[in-house]
Amino acid sequence: MSTDTTKQSNALIWGVIFIIGAIMLIWSMSTSRTGQVWVTAQQHAFTQLSDGSYTSTDAPASGDIEWTTYKKVSDRDLTQEMIDNGSATLSWSRTIGLWLAAIFTLFILSFLVGDNPAYKFAEAMVVGTSAGYVMVIGLWDVFVPNLLGKLFPTLVQSWALPGMDVAAGSQLLYIVPAILIVMLLFQLMPSGGWISRWPIAFFIGITAGYRMIGYVEADLVAQIKAGIIPLWITGQGGFELWPTVNALLLTIATLAAMVYFFFSIEHKGLVGKTARVGIWFLMITFGASFGYTVMGRIALLAARLEFLFGDWLHFIPSS
Amino acid sequence: MLKTLQNLDRRWIFLSMLLAVAIPILTRTVFPEVVSKQAKMVFDAIEDLPDGSNVLMSYDFDPASQGELLPMAQAFTRHCSVKGHKQYYMALWPLGSPMVDLSIDTIQSEYPDMIYGEDYVKFDYKAGGEAVIRMITQDLRGMFPMDSKGVPLDNIPMTKNIKNIQDMDLIVNVSAGDPGTKQWVQFAATPFGLTTVSGCTGVQAPQMYPYIPEQLAGVLGAIKAAAEYEAAIDEAYPSIAENPRAQEAKRRMGPQLVAHSLMIGLIVIGNWIFFVSRKRGQA
Repeated sequence: MSTDTTKQSNALIWGVIFIIGAIMLIWSMSTSRTGQVWVTAQQHAFTQLSDGSYTSTDAPASGDIEWTTYKKVSDRDLTQEMIDNGSATLSWSRTIGLWLAAIFTLFILSFLVGDNPAYKFAEAMVVGTSAGYVMVIGLWDVFVPNLLGKLFPTLVQSWALPGMDVAAGSQLLYIVPAILIVMLLFQLMPSGGWISRWPIAFFIGITAGYRMIGYVEADLVAQIKAGIIPLWITGQGGFELWPTVNALLLTIATLAAMVYFFFSIEHKGLVGKTARVGIWFLMITFGASFGYTVMGRIALLAARLEFLFGDWLHFIPSS
Repeated sequence: MLKTLQNLDRRWIFLSMLLAVAIPILTRTVFPEVVSKQAKMVFDAIEDLPDGSNVLMSYDFDPASQGELLPMAQAFTRHCSVKGHKQYYMALWPLGSPMVDLSIDTIQSEYPDMIYGEDYVKFDYKAGGEAVIRMITQDLRGMFPMDSKGVPLDNIPMTKNIKNIQDMDLIVNVSAGDPGTKQWVQFAATPFGLTTVSGCTGVQAPQMYPYIPEQLAGVLGAIKAAAEYEAAIDEAYPSIAENPRAQEAKRRMGPQLVAHSLMIGLIVIGNWIFFVSRKRGQA
């Protein structure tokens, strides 16, 4: 295809998408609350009792603890009356978030038309925010309670986790993972990078050991056991045809697929024919996997389109 | 005709796929679902438990798989809630924790009588994958000294008597990869005989079926099985059937049918082009 033809095709596809999108957006904004998020406020108040504990109260007084939470009102639940009497209010922060989510979805989908700066921007945002989020979660959910909390429980209780149980005191064994963490950080140093190899070797060893046990027990032994089944199935009513066919098929497929991966003997004669049957079973498995994968990807696309058409454009009831 | 098809810009195919998925969504096309044996096995695993049983719910997926897995996760939550099971939520993926929050939102909005700490509890994400599973099979507090709100487990009614996950009556795992169902089978279901059901992505499903029935009590593979599971719940609990939010997976099967039909058509056309081109000596 020539460059001019490609450019014309690009322009046509972009034009179709923009025109359809613009018509839908204008029509939706003129007929509904497109791109708006409405919320209801809920007040919470707790008052302190004489024994020091707290209980919720509907009539907060000075000194009580109070806060407000906001809950999204779905499109199907929002009424004009709720807006008029002020029980539902427009949330600007969530509305901006909704528009950003919609715009970034379109940026990502724009890659189907061709690589472009909008896609690259959205991709960088996903990577950056995910990395930042995972780092913060790792710090507060793992590093602080499971390492610092074990080494310095009193300090962590007073600083970050007031509910933490400090009865066990400092558990000095946790110095070992702390040292391994410090050693791992040497990878970032201009010299002494070799020190990080020790904790990496430790992690690899532990992981390999863990996984080996899991695979041997659950995938090797248990699956061999599951594969040894009677080939003539009888029930209360006597011989059962389809369970027997199923058992035979399972046994033949297992043996044939295993023969295909048996490379010590040349695939000729009976071995070759059996291996060929094994290939057929493998191909059927790959086909099933492909079908499942397609189903998964379409489900993801459907979910994003439901978000665009529902939560954003209000063409359909929002989720 | 043949030349046009041979040189067709692939973006027209993308556009046709977009329309194939979008039109059924906009027209709200929903097809009836017949509950398969696999979906029934998962339904029975939860349904046959006595009311108020302990169910561990591990959400090992993130927003990238939300469209495929959240409907079945929400269906698990509704089914356990309507049965009055005690639900213990956790996540082995860092971004699984916000997915758990969506299920807790469902409990709070649709089952307001359920009380946090008595009927459901959330544990924070922990790094380590299979090591976390291995540890909580022996010592829950060693890995989760507190819940996600920072309350010690001894101060929470539904966790104070739980020593480890061997005290659970059922493990429900919603999985998008590693760590996920495979690790739960390897480190909890097989060695300790813990009854486990899985809801997993379509990509994983063929790898999980061999674990049925000895190591897994049932598997929901992809959105199709989720829709069947929703149908099973709807049949048993009409109150859930009336909830439009509880029909998410069934709604997504309309686009599936049209998109799959389009894909089959494209595969047939692609093969036709190939064979005709070869016959004419162009391939």
